[in-house]
Amino acid sequence: MNPIRETSAKCEVSFLVNGKETKLLAHPMERLLDVLRNDLGLTGAKEGCGEGECGSCSVLLDGMLVNSCLVPVAQASGASIVTIEGISTHDSMNPLQEAFLECGGSQCGICTPGMILGAVHLLQKNPEPAPADIREGLAGNLCRCTGYMQIFEAVTKAAQRRVAK
Amino acid sequence: MNAPHIVGESVPRKEGRDKVTGAACYVDDMVLPGMLHGATVRSSVARGKIKNIAFGPSVDWNEFVIVTAKDIPGKNCISLILDDQPCLASDTVNHSEEPILLLAHADRHKLRKAVEAVSIEYESLPSVHSMEESERQSTIIWGSDNTLKSYLIEKGDVDSVWKNAAHIVEGEYFTGAQEQLYIENNGVIASFEPEHGVTVWGSLQCPYYVHKALLALCGLPEDKVRVVQMETGGAFGGKEEYPSMIAGHAALLAIKSGKPVKIVYDRMEDMVATTKRHPSRTRHRTAVSKDGKILGGEIEFTIDGGAYATLSSVVLSRGTIHAGGAYYWPSVRIRAKAVATNTPPHGAFRGFGAPQSLFALERHMDRIAQVLGISPIEVRRRNFLKPGQTTTTEQIIRENIDLNHLLDRALELSDYDAKKKRFAAENKNGIRKKGIGIAAFLHGAGFTGSGERYLDSLVGVEAGADGVVRVLVSSAEFGQGTNTVLCQIAAEALGLSYENVAIAQPDTSVVPNSGPTVASRTAMIVGKLVQSAAKGIKQTLVKAGLLCDDYTPEQFRSACREYIAKHGALKSYARYEAPGDVYWDDEKYRGEAYAAFAWAVYVAEVTVDLTTYSVTVDDFVALQEIGKVLNPVLAEGQIIGGVAQGIGFALYEKVVWQNGRMLNNQMTNYIMPTSMDLPPIRVFFEELGNIHGAHGAKGIGELPMDGPAPAIVNAVEDATGFRFDSIPLLPEDLFEALRDDSADQDVPSPARGTA
Repeated sequence: MNPIRETSAKCEVSFLVNGKETKLLAHPMERLLDVLRNDLGLTGAKEGCGEGECGSCSVLLDGMLVNSCLVPVAQASGASIVTIEGISTHDSMNPLQEAFLECGGSQCGICTPGMILGAVHLLQKNPEPAPADIREGLAGNLCRCTGYMQIFEAVTKAAQRRVAK
Repeated sequence: MNAPHIVGESVPRKEGRDKVTGAACYVDDMVLPGMLHGATVRSSVARGKIKNIAFGPSVDWNEFVIVTAKDIPGKNCISLILDDQPCLASDTVNHSEEPILLLAHADRHKLRKAVEAVSIEYESLPSVHSMEESERQSTIIWGSDNTLKSYLIEKGDVDSVWKNAAHIVEGEYFTGAQEQLYIENNGVIASFEPEHGVTVWGSLQCPYYVHKALLALCGLPEDKVRVVQMETGGAFGGKEEYPSMIAGHAALLAIKSGKPVKIVYDRMEDMVATTKRHPSRTRHRTAVSKDGKILGGEIEFTIDGGAYATLSSVVLSRGTIHAGGAYYWPSVRIRAKAVATNTPPHGAFRGFGAPQSLFALERHMDRIAQVLGISPIEVRRRNFLKPGQTTTTEQIIRENIDLNHLLDRALELSDYDAKKKRFAAENKNGIRKKGIGIAAFLHGAGFTGSGERYLDSLVGVEAGADGVVRVLVSSAEFGQGTNTVLCQIAAEALGLSYENVAIAQPDTSVVPNSGPTVASRTAMIVGKLVQSAAKGIKQTLVKAGLLCDDYTPEQFRSACREYIAKHGALKSYARYEAPGDVYWDDEKYRGEAYAAFAWAVYVAEVTVDLTTYSVTVDDFVALQEIGKVLNPVLAEGQIIGGVAQGIGFALYEKVVWQNGRMLNNQMTNYIMPTSMDLPPIRVFFEELGNIHGAHGAKGIGELPMDGPAPAIVNAVEDATGFRFDSIPLLPEDLFEALRDDSADQDVPSPARGTA
């Protein structure tokens, strides 16, 4: 995997994960994706390609949408990280999650956490996106099942509901 | 019992909440105590004898579990149809990336280094890398003639039609390999305990295929092999057969080490080593009357099966039967064969041979129209199958399908006539040329011919003391909606709410064998069995005097409670019964090939940019008759997703081969459509019904893969005036063809063909 990982000692990394102070020991070049999944048990972020093409491992890092397979954990030190597990509570889902469920935005579900975080990021930047904005905003998240149309519909619906509130 | 209708409603996906919250558990999300990671050492040559395996000095091999073919307790094969594919190559390899040796270690990083430290010496043997080379038979790499399977369909006297033909139209068409590109790579975990045997958890479509393969490989009795399907992140046929291989590997490592072993491929390994859609070549020679009617034809359909037989015979069968499409052929001869090459075996991918032969046919129909000087619409109209007529296998069309009506509606929805005229006028100027193309086609649902009879599927439904009903099937959910529609059918059959019905995780120790999750068979065939089994629960309760014909959910619940208190368990099973009118002759390849066909007309509108040579699909209309729509949102999702994959098949997805090995095995250089690349995909349904399916449903999963490629390439021809008979059609291919043509107007480009 990574040659630096073999030779470097573990170091302490601390960050906020879904609002929670988290400290752990990790090799600085360990992928943030692996730390989230293996050390913190947050398995919502998925590995699809390991090279930043598919977006299944997307998380929010200080409000930016990043591919966590490309982020060395040391780089996330001190940051606030939001994963799919951090956008809903046990009782209530995020409006985007509701809309994905309603509109058929999730089929096999493997791209869904990353896709929804991509949509969260899009609506934060642009609360009333035009269809072309949605297409562009989600272009870094690949979905092989849906052909995207029902995802666009879900994002539009969630945006309208947010604005209506 | 006044329950509202549940079938036909867009109830939310059963496992949807887990999927949108990230809680759904895929195999890589699962960790077992003491678990090791497994890896595969693969062949670096296309064909050769293994002379020596050396373990490099940089690794402490005592730390590793090492498995070779010698460690296989049972038969060294992946048991499927012919059993010709070894689980681990022992003395010869027949394709690059063929598994030879397995390693396991707790540390994935050390494992990676160890794989690199194994060096294998080969004596190389001549290898074959194209269908043409394989057909020449100068090097025999499989059987006695490199032919994995062949079929011959003959209807009428085709030899007599040529002399009366006003036109004889010929064409040759090619389709390339296509990667399924499910976003979740292949993966399994296996464990072994002497008293319980082998258990495998995995990302897979067909639990009982894996079960069968493990029985043979491990030499264990049926009750000592258990296969559990985890949430599966896309499959599209790509997890029909290969999971048996990976499960076998993990099981061998688990047996040898006594510890659970996880093997999850990374993207590069998944793309380079596992199955893809069969590349194909189709040749048409068609006799046509002066009024545009097909008199007869010869069709030669050839697919590249790769190094082992695996599923090629069945893929070939479906491609062969669909080669005549939705048209009436008074006479036809179809010769089909799957040939061996030294590439990793090609396998199942949505459509299963039909997208290949239908691409050829629907391009060829446009060619016939051109030769006759009639419109692509008219040539189809004059040859559409009608009720009472027979298909190429002499199956009588019994349903009341009106393809002219479907065509008219698709033309109207796409505004075809107006656009056709407008584009013709506008294309005279400018470098952006617009075109519109259609494809009309059919797709058979369920296993071919006698296939469903052999499968002999069994389905169970169980009710608990709490009145909650559970569907017991081995049919897997991998995005297409199995869980949801089967629960809808059971709920409707019992007059219960959707929330009152659950579905068991496919686990061979819990669920009966309802057959593989393939061939667009689940909603139609398995759905009908779920309906019968669910009704069986009600009948049992009524017979026991615990329930009247009319009941409330509360009465149902207390009846279940009482029944279970007395008898222990409340289960009902239903087994497949072949309809009396489905006759099939496996020898002559004649008869009722499918219990039902879905029918469709697709229209694609494209822009070809002559500066960049790129093709953009601007609009897409997908109209289909699929029997009863069980869940509109899910059904629409199936069609849109299939069309998107079809657009990729036509315009984006190119596997680059070098000596039988995929060179572009990354998402960076194998390009699938993104959200920016697709047009609005507009989906419309017609519902004629189907007596063989639950509530009149037909299969729909594969249908949408068949039409997009020919509709798009027909539109590209409409835009540019050039024939393109080979896909994928990338900008560089357009560039080559159009540049050659402008350089020398007198010499037709190779892409123009020879009709």
